[in-house]
Amino acid sequence: MTIALATEAPPFDLPGVDGQQHSLDDYADKPALAVVWSCNHCPYVQAWEGRMVALQREFGDRGFELVAISSNDADNYPEDSFEAMKERAVQQGFNFDYLYDEDQSVLNAYGAERTPEGFLFDGDRRLVYHGAIDDSREEDEVTERYLRDAIEAVLAGEEPPVSDTAPVGCTVKRKP
Amino acid sequence: MDIEFLFWDGCPSHPEARQLLDDVLAERGLEVDVQVREVFTQVEAEELRFPGSPTIRIDGRDVDPESSSARPALNCRIYRKLDGRPSPVPTREQLEAALS
Repeated sequence: MTIALATEAPPFDLPGVDGQQHSLDDYADKPALAVVWSCNHCPYVQAWEGRMVALQREFGDRGFELVAISSNDADNYPEDSFEAMKERAVQQGFNFDYLYDEDQSVLNAYGAERTPEGFLFDGDRRLVYHGAIDDSREEDEVTERYLRDAIEAVLAGEEPPVSDTAPVGCTVKRKP
Repeated sequence: MDIEFLFWDGCPSHPEARQLLDDVLAERGLEVDVQVREVFTQVEAEELRFPGSPTIRIDGRDVDPESSSARPALNCRIYRKLDGRPSPVPTREQLEAALS
């Protein structure tokens, strides 16, 4: 089950495509942290990942950090292997940490179901927004920028205007 | 004309693709009984050479031959728009070309 609003961020300690280990505590000084479930092979993720890069670029100097996590079963979906993740991060110029949740324990802790699916935490690491990045996979048809507006609100010390939306995307590929 | 529409319910793109197919058929005045088949298992995906959802074949030919040889799997299929951007559904142009 997906964690509820106001829930404290479940901890994680996962390998990143940069060769480093990344834990929730590493981002303790960030006033806003978005954890986005992602992967390589999903066309919905591919449609949105440029906007993930843009969010990090736009808000990074204000303390925002986006962390993408892939939990997909790489045995049955080899396009989502850790090695393939490293390649995609380079190809797409990811400016955020891209972490591999091989045993799916972090997936289970957050209860994500789709890729992409975002969880935004405030400076106290309480969940303040969950759901879609925005309202259209077609960037030129977006009318509601849910995650962007929520980040802006958190950085201003305010409540996000929208706190929960339905993520649209591929299912997370769980291990059998 | 024989049209197969194969989909996996774990990917949310099939209703949009089906609507697009129906629209293109209607624009051309074609009344075709589209054979819809849901794929449930990896074994079925392999038996049907199903490279992802949705997959549309017209007289046995995939509407996107380039990506039709992808590994059979229960996932969302990646199509490409004319400008190269990824999409979970085929383009109208791909459907029109396949019907020509």
